[in-house]
Amino acid sequence: MSEQLAAGARLTVQRWTPLSRNFTIGAGVLAVALAFVPIVLDSNIVQDLTNLLILVILAVMWNALAGYGGLLSVGQQAFIGIGAYATVFFAQLGVAPYAAMFLAMLVAGVISVPISLFALRLRAAQFAIGMWVIAEAISILVRFDHALGAGTGISLIQVNQYDPSYRQAYTYWLALGFAIVFLGVLFFLLRTPFGASLQAIRDDEDAAISLGVRVASRKRLLFVLAGFGCGAAGVLIVANTLFIDPSSIFSVQWSAYMIFMVLVGGLGTFEGPILGAILLFAIQTIFTQGGPWYLVGLGATATLFALALPRGLWGTIEERLGLQLLPVGYRIVASSSPPKTEGKKA
Amino acid sequence: MTFVNAVVQGIFLGGYYAVLACGLSIMFGVMRTINLAHGDVAVLGAYITFVIVDRTGASAFVAFLVAVPVMLVLGYVLQLTILERSLKSGILTPLLATFGLSIVIQNLLLITFSPDVRSLGGSAGAVTTAGWHVTSDLTVSALGILVLVVAGALFGAVQLFLSRTRAGWALRATAEDADAAELVGIDSRAMYARATAIAVAIAALGGLFLAIRSVFDPFSGPIQLIFAFEAVVIGGMGSLWGTLVGGIALGVAQTLGAQIHPQYATLAGHVLFLAVLIVRYGGGRVGFPRLRGVVALGRASRQ
Amino acid sequence: MTLLRVEQIDSRYGLLQAVKGVSFEVTEGETVALIGANGAGKTTLLRTIAGAHRPSSGRILFDGADVTRVPTHRRVSMGIALVPEGRRLFPGLTVEENLRVAVVPGRRGRWNVQAVLEVFPLLQPRRRLLAANLSGGEQQAVAIGRALLSNPRLLLLDEVSLGLAPVVVNAVYKSLEAVISEGTTVLLVEQDLTRALSVAGRVICLLEGRIVLEGESRSLDRDRVVGAYFGLRRPVAGGAPA
Repeated sequence: MSEQLAAGARLTVQRWTPLSRNFTIGAGVLAVALAFVPIVLDSNIVQDLTNLLILVILAVMWNALAGYGGLLSVGQQAFIGIGAYATVFFAQLGVAPYAAMFLAMLVAGVISVPISLFALRLRAAQFAIGMWVIAEAISILVRFDHALGAGTGISLIQVNQYDPSYRQAYTYWLALGFAIVFLGVLFFLLRTPFGASLQAIRDDEDAAISLGVRVASRKRLLFVLAGFGCGAAGVLIVANTLFIDPSSIFSVQWSAYMIFMVLVGGLGTFEGPILGAILLFAIQTIFTQGGPWYLVGLGATATLFALALPRGLWGTIEERLGLQLLPVGYRIVASSSPPKTEGKKA
Repeated sequence: MTFVNAVVQGIFLGGYYAVLACGLSIMFGVMRTINLAHGDVAVLGAYITFVIVDRTGASAFVAFLVAVPVMLVLGYVLQLTILERSLKSGILTPLLATFGLSIVIQNLLLITFSPDVRSLGGSAGAVTTAGWHVTSDLTVSALGILVLVVAGALFGAVQLFLSRTRAGWALRATAEDADAAELVGIDSRAMYARATAIAVAIAALGGLFLAIRSVFDPFSGPIQLIFAFEAVVIGGMGSLWGTLVGGIALGVAQTLGAQIHPQYATLAGHVLFLAVLIVRYGGGRVGFPRLRGVVALGRASRQ
Repeated sequence: MTLLRVEQIDSRYGLLQAVKGVSFEVTEGETVALIGANGAGKTTLLRTIAGAHRPSSGRILFDGADVTRVPTHRRVSMGIALVPEGRRLFPGLTVEENLRVAVVPGRRGRWNVQAVLEVFPLLQPRRRLLAANLSGGEQQAVAIGRALLSNPRLLLLDEVSLGLAPVVVNAVYKSLEAVISEGTTVLLVEQDLTRALSVAGRVICLLEGRIVLEGESRSLDRDRVVGAYFGLRRPVAGGAPA
């Protein structure tokens, strides 16, 4: 900020730019358009898009934790698994499948609260691996439950009451709904003083504390939000694939995907994780035969980005072009015209 | 008496965990960071030893000695390429970078060797199977004793290195204050590389013991990392001998857990780990977002 | 002969420029004092000479060789040693370990651990104590001893009197006399003007990163020094101050 302001220049705080206004309207239109997909497009495409939406939710949630909260968790698969297994659990109890899904998401979010009481006291590596251990422990506990399929896994047979293409559509709409809600909540949070305080926490936590920013409660909010979000993802996974087993649903592989999406897309940006999810989805679609080489590529790319491009693709673009598609930040704009004398107060 | 046997077996298992965790502890002590690829590095060491045994028919121990220089070089390279850069960028970057590395190592191993499990138990000689039945309930295996003795010797050697040699002092100095270390002529970059090289070589020793006492495959790494980390945390992060104690505690917890139910073994270890974390980090503010604050958020956003 | 030549050094701390266009020379065997108020850039300048800080422009020449890009630890083996501000001992190491770790194999000379302990006899009974448990004066002794053990040709001292009682400071400077009398070139930063003027043959005064006064201590008027120190009667450059 080394430009000299001309004497008498007026400063205004701008939230919306023409670009961000247009983009937000565009995003709204897109959301509405996406709702029509199951009506218009083939069932396979609907399933693929559901997968994409699941990735978007996971990426956005992991970014909420790491990018906005500085909480690097390698154990969010705990909540994915809880969401998935809770769905099966409620469905077995006789709850209507889609109501069970909603309940299951709530369960995952609620469970994240007591976990947060102790997990958030940990820093850096202890938090990262501590969450992983929690996921492993929950995975082992699930294996003991024979009603939930123990180690072999279980199917969500209760959805078979629906015709496959209807089921696909319902799952898709649920996914779209979840995605919009979680993106919306995060967007809302970022636009409030909460969002500014998150930036402060990220830049210098001790300074933020000294300014009265209640760091602990903000991190807790993000943690619980991510609990709901990853739980929702787990719900959608079982709704989409119909079969889960402890090894895969609680696998640390999910964390690997989340890390890749957010690192490559853009840690700490709003649009970045979405971009990362789209990229991973594209890669997965292209490299279905890839096997281990594709995973080598994912891991190497994540490492490369961590070392060389820590802001990710979107973060770098944002920085270079000064671009902001969604109005989550504040801009101070100086106008060179002298102020008219005003009688009213702001 | 089966309880006593469980404890004894747990101590032997703990000796293995201590060896596995030793390298992780050294790296944390010097560089304050956890290498999330540590388990995979140990498994890589096991594979290298395996290849040597396969090609030459040598005993696993001899093959390991040949593998050590390879691992030392790998450690140097790892530090100078990935870790050094990531340490400068902040606390989270080394975790992210080593996590990516972990995935790369696992899958490269999968590509090079098949997913088949392997073992070096057959190439380790009589020690793999020898044992003594002290009583009808208590068995003491030669391998268990060997690993425990090596663990003790290893920690002792590291301690001696750190407290009696100039190289050890230089390493400790760099760990405490790298900037001041440079000012007295210590090459801090070389010190970090040395620490990583040693840590990687010791990890390979852990891999060797894993391969002899059990089986391994390309994906054995992550769970070994978890065990190693649990041992370090239980014993107290930053304490060298604490890691030995932590490893043994973890081993005993697991074998005692297995007494209750075979599938409880790993879980018991996780519970001990989490309990230690809760107790050690208990206290402090709880922090819930106040309802009033949320309402205020709503008002503030209307600008 | 000129041992150290500093040419147009600019050093930054983040956005702040701590040292601006500083140039001076130090002849072998000289004792030069760097004085100036807090924040004048003295520590940054010393650290730049020692290699702990990379200048944004300018050169450092040591014994004719350009050492601007040479890393810190290699400058030590070339003969530059810094006693840093705040002592910066290794708290978990004993006195003896702190000293022994500083011995540079390639540099022979009059200083070894025994010699250091003779100059600072107060350390003899404290050899096995952890550095963290020493008093300020004892720590300063170890810090100076540590620097000496590389048998430096150029010894840099940053505020050795900081936080120490006057009696202790006297003792520290007395032991420095031995070092100085043996011909080691010394560049020291000292807040205490009187002390600086009595110990050093030449004085350089920094203000806001620039040299504002330089000269032989005995020929400098004390008032002139104080004026330069505080920036009094400074000619006003064109334009408003930054």
